[in-house]
Amino acid sequence: MKEPVIDVTPAAVGNEVRQMKDAGWRLVGLSGAMVDDEQIDILYHFDKDLTLSHFRLRAPRTAPLPSISAVYSAAFLGENELQDLFAVRFENLVPDFKRTLYLEEEITTIPFATNVKAAEKKT
Amino acid sequence: MARTVIPFGPQHPVLPEPIHLKLVVEDEIVQEAIPALGYVHRGLEMLAQKRDFHQMVQVVERICGICSMIHSLCYCQGIEEMMGIEVPRRARLLRTLWSELHRSHSHLLWLGLFADSFGFESLFMQLWRIRERILDLNEATAGNRVIVSVNVIGGVRAEISEEQQRWILGEMAGFERDMNRIRSTLLEDYTVKSRTVGKGVLTREMAYELGAAGPVLRGSGIAQDMRQLGYAAYGDLDFEPVVEAAGDAYARCKVRFGEVMQSIRLVRQILGELAKETDPALAAKVKGRPEGEVVCRVEQPRGECLYYLKGSGKPQLDRVRVRTPTFANVPPLLAMLPGVELADVPVLVLSIDPCISCTER
Repeated sequence: MKEPVIDVTPAAVGNEVRQMKDAGWRLVGLSGAMVDDEQIDILYHFDKDLTLSHFRLRAPRTAPLPSISAVYSAAFLGENELQDLFAVRFENLVPDFKRTLYLEEEITTIPFATNVKAAEKKT
Repeated sequence: MARTVIPFGPQHPVLPEPIHLKLVVEDEIVQEAIPALGYVHRGLEMLAQKRDFHQMVQVVERICGICSMIHSLCYCQGIEEMMGIEVPRRARLLRTLWSELHRSHSHLLWLGLFADSFGFESLFMQLWRIRERILDLNEATAGNRVIVSVNVIGGVRAEISEEQQRWILGEMAGFERDMNRIRSTLLEDYTVKSRTVGKGVLTREMAYELGAAGPVLRGSGIAQDMRQLGYAAYGDLDFEPVVEAAGDAYARCKVRFGEVMQSIRLVRQILGELAKETDPALAAKVKGRPEGEVVCRVEQPRGECLYYLKGSGKPQLDRVRVRTPTFANVPPLLAMLPGVELADVPVLVLSIDPCISCTER
């Protein structure tokens, strides 16, 4: 990517995102992409005066990740979408649709992680 | 008064597409709105892993009928950036021309639906009658009325002849005349103003913090338009974002009306540039396969659209992620509903110009 991509860790993403917000960056959205069968990249896209900047969070897909919805409330939609499509889990996500934003409750297959079923039944 | 939950949608007279809102109301005043999506999720992003990257042009066009051309434009620009393809200037001008025709007919579609949402049916019909002019232009120049399918990776597949350019110029004069004739009804009529002025106010700060896009953002006083990035041929054109400060439904309507008028001016500029362009090339040759990552943004009629593309040298891309403008405008909609009367909800839902097919893909 031609824009700067800053690598962040699950432990640091909350603080880093908070700093972006304090510096006046607008959250454009979140993207997810599988790196391999185990790991996922989550990209956070920010804009300020038409300039883009990205965070890349690389983590095991099954590990719980911190939600940034407490910092940017609009992130709840992107995080819920990632839960649907990749079966990642965001902690303290409000509101949490528990993989039913797009998908029906009975669906346990994970669209972007082939040959894996979602571990837990939704409630 | 006890709180009551009123379901709004997924089937509702003002909704062309299905979205469900659980409205918590007290004394007919909305206290909270909770969205429910998933009625038109088609898994189009997943198709990227199964289809050749050239075939994906046709797939992304079908994410949304109304802004189909701009979806494929963004996708093609992303692939071209990834593969280092230089698009001929004539193709960039033609892409910009069709983009503006799309913006016009999308806004006219919305203005008509908006009038219909508060029961002004004759205004709805007049606006859709005007819209037919643009659809006729699309059909004559590209072969289709809505999904024009003109973009290919490296350029465009259709040319607009000099005779057609003169015809478009003449049509723009008639189009402008029609819009000027309807302006006072749309923007000054008591019926319109009583249902929109001061309704669903989104402050500048809220719009920015909630990540609003397009006319919703500009209707709250923020002069941000992705066309300012200068993609396609926008860098060669003279324009400023259309901005209104009030942040209410009326301001969003005024921004869209202003953008239709702006599109007419831009089409004239593009036709002027096309007349000067001597290189007849419409598309560059495409060799190789996309590799790497790219983020590309364009301004759709509904606002900023972001594509994240990832390729690894295979015929299929590893990931196509689309963040559409309505996806960005759902949180602002949820923020503007608390405190409004139940009867205003349909007008406010429409005021963000919701495209649910885009949102869910």
